[in-house]
Amino acid sequence: MARRSTPGNIVTTTIDWAARWAQTQSMWPATFGLACCAIEMMATGTAHNDLARFGMEVFRASPRQADLMIVAGRVSQKMAPVLRQVYDQMPEPKWVISMGACASTGGMFNNYALVQGVDQVVPVDMYVPGCPPGPQSLMHGILTLQRQIMTGQKVSG
Amino acid sequence: MDEASGRSVVSAEEQAETQYVEEWVSGTEVPDEMATDEGAQEMALTESGYRFREQLGAVVTDDYLYEEEVSEDERMIINMGPQHPSTHGVLRLQLELEGEMIKRCKPVIGYLHTGMEKTAETLTFMQGPTNVTRMDYLAPLHNELAFSLATEKLLGVEVPPRAAAIRVLMTELNRISSHLVALATNGMDIGAISMMMYGFRERELILAFFEKTTGLRMNHNYIRPGGVAADLPPGWRKDVATILKTIPARLGEYDDLLKENPIWLSRTQGVGVITAEECRAYGITGPILRGTGVDWDLRKVFPYSGIEQYEFDVPVGTQGDVYDRYRVRVEEITQSLRIVEQAAEMMPSGDFRVDDRKVTPPPRARIDESMEALIHHFKIFTEGFRPPPGEAYAAVESPRGELGCYLVSDGGGMPWRCHIRAPSFYNLQALPVMLAESMVADTIATIASLDPVMGDVDR
Repeated sequence: MARRSTPGNIVTTTIDWAARWAQTQSMWPATFGLACCAIEMMATGTAHNDLARFGMEVFRASPRQADLMIVAGRVSQKMAPVLRQVYDQMPEPKWVISMGACASTGGMFNNYALVQGVDQVVPVDMYVPGCPPGPQSLMHGILTLQRQIMTGQKVSG
Repeated sequence: MDEASGRSVVSAEEQAETQYVEEWVSGTEVPDEMATDEGAQEMALTESGYRFREQLGAVVTDDYLYEEEVSEDERMIINMGPQHPSTHGVLRLQLELEGEMIKRCKPVIGYLHTGMEKTAETLTFMQGPTNVTRMDYLAPLHNELAFSLATEKLLGVEVPPRAAAIRVLMTELNRISSHLVALATNGMDIGAISMMMYGFRERELILAFFEKTTGLRMNHNYIRPGGVAADLPPGWRKDVATILKTIPARLGEYDDLLKENPIWLSRTQGVGVITAEECRAYGITGPILRGTGVDWDLRKVFPYSGIEQYEFDVPVGTQGDVYDRYRVRVEEITQSLRIVEQAAEMMPSGDFRVDDRKVTPPPRARIDESMEALIHHFKIFTEGFRPPPGEAYAAVESPRGELGCYLVSDGGGMPWRCHIRAPSFYNLQALPVMLAESMVADTIATIASLDPVMGDVDR
């Protein structure tokens, strides 16, 4: 009934869908480069791979302005509290990508110094495998996360 | 406190702490104190001056690092990092300011400590490069080379000429890619964003060649004790020729962007100055030392991998400021291109691994037909080869300076001790000297010109 009565030049949608669309298309990552993966994260952002195509080129230095945290690299025991603090400073809604083997599981360093997986400190939405993951892998992870936000369901690879 | 009561007190404290950590990790309660204020006491304003004086070196007169006459209430301490866009990783600086002037600077490191030197004791010599390549992740091949040279010194083997030439070719290409990142980030930090895009564009060119040769863009594990992991891929001459043709033209573009750019000049000239004497006192090497006018390059003074056969110059600066370091890096790219060209021209034929069955795994085809080859293969990949007891130190000129590897063997299949002389760690000591009596805004330019890699500092 409502749809029939609206004039033809008004686009109808749901608030929910529009909000999700806006969230996915302008997702600003916080700069949280830690180790080797950070260099690949920078490479993803620069001209050759051009993360700007997906509305994510604005790497924000302040966590207050960011809604995605890409944990790029190994998280040491000393860094874990800092990481959690940065995560807490980010406004809702927020997402976390665990980039690389070290951030996801501790990688090849099963020793006293490293947190064996950043999911012990913050909730992780997407794991990107590799050591380090290439820019293509990271972009695939980001696009999969966008799809996940859009559908509101877990999407695998 | 007697032992019995002490134990009970500790357990109660532990319980409280566990609860605190649980609350904090789950995010239900905001921690009432900063979790990261470690080091604050050392920087406290009430501290007397002699503590800092006792750290003074014998040669360097860095009395200006602490001045007693300034009244304490005019001082302010600001904290930079560990999460900061221009700290090149997770470096944290505590800056003591008097207005805009930096009076004292204290780098706090350890945020990327990975325990790699300890991990190296649990890996065989053959697995070692996998570990060390992740230290200085902008120059992974140099790490592998230093480790391999030290292992070969322990073993007493000499790599064939082709392996040595491949090592030189790859490490010099790696030097170019590392310097490109240094230029790119240095530009970005001072606001020349175009430099960032340009630098990473050319880096992709070299990384594509690395990926073709080693299978990975970074952390290659390509240079191994006894040679390299694989021969150069078919068509490598064409790729190297493309690199040799492209990069010099692009260097001209960087010069257009930066060399005479007035903003760049005013941000870099006379900023972050260090003298040759101070460099020597702190053990600072690499482009920082050469920027002060000292032509110290390990490729010339202690040549490795037959690099003495190649013709190249050691560019030096005069002032020891940020601009000179930038110029030294650009010139070093040119010189590395010369070496790459010569290496590609005179690439010897032959084996790319040493012909020693105790060190080099046998070819796949030999395993099917020879029992001994199978045994050697099995031995090398399970317990590894066993160098005689002893110690060895080998150093290479990495893009950041002297990168050394000190190995101690007790006759087992794994190093008894592995220490890396990481150039970034020593170079970071220059920061308090460079930043003393400078402006806050110069901090960024100075850090970027040091080009520290925190993976190298903390290991």
